[in-house]
Amino acid sequence: MDIVAEVLKKSAETAEKYKPITVTKHLDLEYDVGSLLAVDKNELDTKAINKNKNDYLLSLTRDNVQLLLNKVWDLPTERVDETVVVRLPPSTFVLPRSKPVPRPKPLTKWQQFALEKGIKKKKKPKLSWDERLKKWVPLYGFKRSIAEKEKDWVIEVPQNADPFEDQFEKRKIAKQERVAKNELQRLHNIAKAQNIKIPRTGLLNPDVSSSKDLQAAVTVARSSTASLGKFQDKLPKEKEARGISAITPGASRKRKLPPVPATQEKEENLAVLNSILNKKPKLDIEKAVNRQINQEETERSTEKKTRKPGGNKINKSKGGKKPKSGKGKSAGRKRR
Amino acid sequence: MSVIKRVVKATTRKGKKVLTSREPQLVEGPKRAAFFWGRKTSELVRNLLKDLYVLKKPDAIFLNKKNNITVFENVTPVEAICKKYETPLFAMGSHSKKRPNNVVFGRMFNYSLLDMVELGIDTYEGLKDFAGAKVTLGVKPCLIFNGPWDQSDELKQLKSIFVDLFHKEHVEQLSLQGLEHAISFTVTPEGKIAVRSYKVLLKKSGLRTPRIELEEIGPRFDMSLRRSKLPSEDLMKQACKKPKELKVIKKKNIDKDALGNTKGRIHIGKQEIYKIQTRKMKGLKKTAREKKMEQLLKQQEKSTTNNVQKTKKMRIEIVE
Repeated sequence: MDIVAEVLKKSAETAEKYKPITVTKHLDLEYDVGSLLAVDKNELDTKAINKNKNDYLLSLTRDNVQLLLNKVWDLPTERVDETVVVRLPPSTFVLPRSKPVPRPKPLTKWQQFALEKGIKKKKKPKLSWDERLKKWVPLYGFKRSIAEKEKDWVIEVPQNADPFEDQFEKRKIAKQERVAKNELQRLHNIAKAQNIKIPRTGLLNPDVSSSKDLQAAVTVARSSTASLGKFQDKLPKEKEARGISAITPGASRKRKLPPVPATQEKEENLAVLNSILNKKPKLDIEKAVNRQINQEETERSTEKKTRKPGGNKINKSKGGKKPKSGKGKSAGRKRR
Repeated sequence: MSVIKRVVKATTRKGKKVLTSREPQLVEGPKRAAFFWGRKTSELVRNLLKDLYVLKKPDAIFLNKKNNITVFENVTPVEAICKKYETPLFAMGSHSKKRPNNVVFGRMFNYSLLDMVELGIDTYEGLKDFAGAKVTLGVKPCLIFNGPWDQSDELKQLKSIFVDLFHKEHVEQLSLQGLEHAISFTVTPEGKIAVRSYKVLLKKSGLRTPRIELEEIGPRFDMSLRRSKLPSEDLMKQACKKPKELKVIKKKNIDKDALGNTKGRIHIGKQEIYKIQTRKMKGLKKTAREKKMEQLLKQQEKSTTNNVQKTKKMRIEIVE
């Protein structure tokens, strides 16, 4: 009994010594321990606010901070570099991002093609042994062009080439063309990735353009006369490029109707079918009346012909007087 | 010819680093904030912005110059400032006859305006007006929201903006000694917003959890709502989208019981009971003839693996 009393007394003493860490609330707070956030939806004490706002807010916030930190102290702790740390859970309060979710980088045309065909990049060594020069020659970069010059100090003129043509110059220009084409393709890839519409670049060097491009160029060039290519002769078996009506002068674009929805198409077809199946003879009243009149007239005329001439003439008034108005309804024209 | 859309390509290594850091990131760092003012400001608003700048400091920029901006009429200059300094958050102060002591808090998404709320400052006491030690720079504060913050859309959005502005960065580990700052945001019954900032004092409680005491360090200000521009639902949804890579995929058939033991359910294939080795007995032993036949069968099977039909026939014969 003594021990119990002693313990009770001790606990009472400690309780007196320290202020409590418990707080009672009518409604529980909403916590987001991950971002150290607590939302107290309890109604505020209007009287206390009006009396002393700052003190009331201090005591209210103290209680809420106490509740929040009680939650934090409940979390598992660790010791990192002689400081006690808690592992915070992921925060639940949803905040907007500052930039949209990153999207994967769009592939270039070549990368897409390689992916479809399963082409994988092979790693080439930077240096390779040159048998003619008897030394290691780099694949690209520093000292490569010097090695090339040493190696190809003379070029054989091809058999049916112009002997006065500079082969070195030709090679240089070809290289420049390739570089320019690559740059253009790089820009095309950037434009495609960023969804930018760029104007057509027209025809490139015939050495590097595709047959399709050449075809398009020929079609456009032919129609670029004053008479829109009407009097221009065609080569035998020459085809016109397609899909370039926008840039071909005088070309009329074939209009495509928008696709009809399935339900509408069905309705239309059924209407056609019904009109055929439920065909009734059309009654053209005007035509029928005319025919009737015509028939009557012909009958009358035949009657006239068959009757003897100079027969009894009844009711034939002389002088053809116009019927006077108001003199009997039976005779005379109806006036409106 | 005019430039269609400039494609910026870095020329230096450092420049490339900067450009890549500006690209959308999977996990975003702390949001930086820009503090600046418009055509005319009062002393009060300037001091308030400076105090907020001090609280936000490592991730903030303060522009000490007049700007000819009326943000509710035209947001483009603000968007330009936020793009230039890479600050998705901004606070703009102004002072006019119509709207005295005005502060606009706003956010950007993808360099264009997401939302903003205009507040009028009613009373203000700065950091300097409170004696005593202040909190350490860059410490993560406890955010306490009191009162009916859910009563209107403006207040909801303002709450989100305040959390965004003050919550600093999400951290996985937090030092318990680092819990030294608390900011309370209260919506009073008259609809005013009271902001108080306190230093947290951890006192002994006789238990593991300490007893909390607060000491006000400022700034202390009361505000009232003015104009606001809320985001469309689509835009907010787009902005709050969580990347697919960060979504936690639940592992199937694994759960934990109350004692903390991990329990899993696994699926075993069909049991082949005919192949199980049972107890060996003399009576079940194969005779010499049976063994020989089996060997023969195996050899034949090996020789005519491609002709299954034949072996089947043979087996039937042997059995007979």
